[in-house]
Amino acid sequence: MPEGNADIIRLNGAEKHFGAVRALGGVDFHVGPGECVGLVGHNGAGKSTLMHMVAGTLTPDSGQIGVHGGIEANYSVSRAQQLGIRCVFQELSLCPNLSVAENTRINHASLRGFGWRRKAADLIAAKLDEIFPGHSISPSDIVGDLSIGRRQMVEVARAFTVIQDRLDLVILDEPTSSLDSHTAGQLLAFVRRFVAGGKSCILISHVLGEVLRNADRIVVMRDGKVVVADAASAFDRDRLVTAMGGAEARQRIAAEIAAAKPGASPLRVRARPAAQKDGTDLVACAGEIIGLAGLAGHGQTDLLLAIFAAASHARAGIQVTAPVALVAGDRQADGIFPQWSIAQNIGIRSLARLRNRLLISPQREAELAQFWQKKIGIRTPDMNNNIFSLSGGNQQKALFARALGSDAEIVLMDDPMRGVDIGTKLEVYDLVREEAGRGRTFLWYTTETEELDNCDHVYVFKNGRIVANLRRDELTEEKIIQSSFGDAA
Amino acid sequence: MRPEMTAASLETAARTSAERGALARARLLRGLLPALSLALVLLAIAWLNPRAISYFGFSLMLNLAIPIALATIAQMFVISGNELDLSIGTFVGFVGCVTATWLKEAPLIGVVILLGSIFVYALLGALIHLRNLPSIVVTLGMSFVWQGLAILILPKPGGKAPDWLLGLMAFKPPLVPFPIIAALLIGFIVHFGLMRTSYGVILRGSGGNPAALGRAGWSLLKTKIVLFALAGLFGVLSGMALIGITTSADANIGNGYTLLAIAGVILGGGEFVGGRVSPIGAVIGALTLALAASPLLTFMHIPPDWQVAANGAILIIVLAARVLISRRER
Repeated sequence: MPEGNADIIRLNGAEKHFGAVRALGGVDFHVGPGECVGLVGHNGAGKSTLMHMVAGTLTPDSGQIGVHGGIEANYSVSRAQQLGIRCVFQELSLCPNLSVAENTRINHASLRGFGWRRKAADLIAAKLDEIFPGHSISPSDIVGDLSIGRRQMVEVARAFTVIQDRLDLVILDEPTSSLDSHTAGQLLAFVRRFVAGGKSCILISHVLGEVLRNADRIVVMRDGKVVVADAASAFDRDRLVTAMGGAEARQRIAAEIAAAKPGASPLRVRARPAAQKDGTDLVACAGEIIGLAGLAGHGQTDLLLAIFAAASHARAGIQVTAPVALVAGDRQADGIFPQWSIAQNIGIRSLARLRNRLLISPQREAELAQFWQKKIGIRTPDMNNNIFSLSGGNQQKALFARALGSDAEIVLMDDPMRGVDIGTKLEVYDLVREEAGRGRTFLWYTTETEELDNCDHVYVFKNGRIVANLRRDELTEEKIIQSSFGDAA
Repeated sequence: MRPEMTAASLETAARTSAERGALARARLLRGLLPALSLALVLLAIAWLNPRAISYFGFSLMLNLAIPIALATIAQMFVISGNELDLSIGTFVGFVGCVTATWLKEAPLIGVVILLGSIFVYALLGALIHLRNLPSIVVTLGMSFVWQGLAILILPKPGGKAPDWLLGLMAFKPPLVPFPIIAALLIGFIVHFGLMRTSYGVILRGSGGNPAALGRAGWSLLKTKIVLFALAGLFGVLSGMALIGITTSADANIGNGYTLLAIAGVILGGGEFVGGRVSPIGAVIGALTLALAASPLLTFMHIPPDWQVAANGAILIIVLAARVLISRRER
């Protein structure tokens, strides 16, 4: 086989079923050398399943996998690694109890014998320096102590480390979901350098701009099938959204928000960050959607948690006048009860209403779950299934249902759309605006500037302080970046 | 905006290094907590009975610390794979009975039985992994099996330890009492094996994030077998050391070790899930328990009837201090 011009990987007619659910229905997919393939689609469109096959963690029920021109009959993770194919999975796959260097060792069976610790540390440090200059991560740091963004940096850098084994293709599944715009830019620039060097990448991202700017070719998936595959230059944002089946255009949103804005409404939250020196307060009234912007980890989450705590125990500097619910950002760690069903996960915030004398009424719990399944479109045959039977985006929908189904008049959102596809996002945006129209208040921390378009008012955070306070009509991306990076504070 | 961006990232770097300093301090404090609690118990003993702080005093007080430390290490291996071994106590008793009978009278058969029991431990690891069984249930069942076998071998207290074992455990090195040297040796050997070697990383990783380990191409079946086999090995060593000290055996001799071993691991900074364990901490935890168990309470003139309860209270206090410190870490 001539390896020079053969595809790195080619899947023909790949099919996969999980019980009654068809995850992939006959997909043809290939990646050539020296190209970056963008893969987009809704949550549950089959992207992750397809990538698990490329990485060797899942085997197709039927269909063929060929690597470097040869057919692979017994394809597996270790075989994929031998052939130079690696994957950065969406769920973080680092061991939190081990150091950064030790986690590097896990991916390299050849890192052993005398002096392996030194070698592993040098390897990962060099790669981190190369991809994320100025990263401030030490190889001896314990991964559990790192912020979620830094963990993602480690995970990405680890996938690109090479000792003597070959490396031809790296799959990046939502690699920027926990990175701020600065580090995300560093990563994407590195991906371009990597591809320019003749290697290949598959880039999965829900930030369509990222895919449009960085991929050479874009593959769009819907309902377990490839619907379009074309050169990236042939796409623009609207064509992508249409191909994915994205429900609405963003213009409508902006128009809607601009249309209906009531005058004075009762105050719901008045809060001052602990580090705030001047008298700036965050103020939210009934029916408002308030955005919390700025670089990741600059005190937005802390303020949300402080407001959440203030709802039950009075705190200095924070005034809360209605019940509060929180939609967590790190859903695996802070949101989901992994052993419970979808219905139980939704009902937990509303137990008082679901009670029948001393016991929880299964009937009322099911009713609540059914209502929200319809309303928010949770894709599952049975709400009594375990929450992990859902795809990531649908799990997040269940968490939204938990908050919106409760009596809370104030909903705090801690960057909840991380790694959620655009279709789900648009559905949730609609829901948020609808609920705001009914008088609910939303405090929304987000790292994606586009989401701020939904907000009436945006506070930009830096180093735990509010550094800018923008009305909707004065909101631009430049302004937010300017205040996030500015040296005012 | 370029210069400002650079200023911003510099500032971020400064902020994170301060952050890391705080984290490192908290981790250090937590790492020192086992040593601190040991020092506290030692101080209390020194204050109550200064004469106990001597070569002879330590040899006497730490008499039983070696088998407890070995059993704790055995438990620690199981805990680093997110499992729990409820049979280690009766297993130590079983090994004790074999040591005091077969190993003395027919050494070859004795050795075969002991190796076989380590093999059984490895099989249990495989069974727990393959059938996805809760280890608590499996090992609880096994605890009755070991106890039953021990009673079959030695229906009433008796037997005698092999002479070489008696000689080894009665070793009196100059200056530093034998139990302290043995504890250091155990701690450092296991620390090297589990914390410094490249396969030790894989063993701990299997507790930290098994899915990730599987995806990286490692066999989780193998890690579980290795961890359980190591637990079996150290259980055997613990039982033999115990009989070397007590000279004769009893089928119930190790029963208290199950909970002592679990407490020792936790006291030493380990956690039940997540692969966070510390071999040196576990040995220190075992020493603390061995001292707090009876010498300290005897010196405090607490009647034997109350000693078990007082022991529990000491455990609760130390563990509460640990929780407070790990909360500050967040």
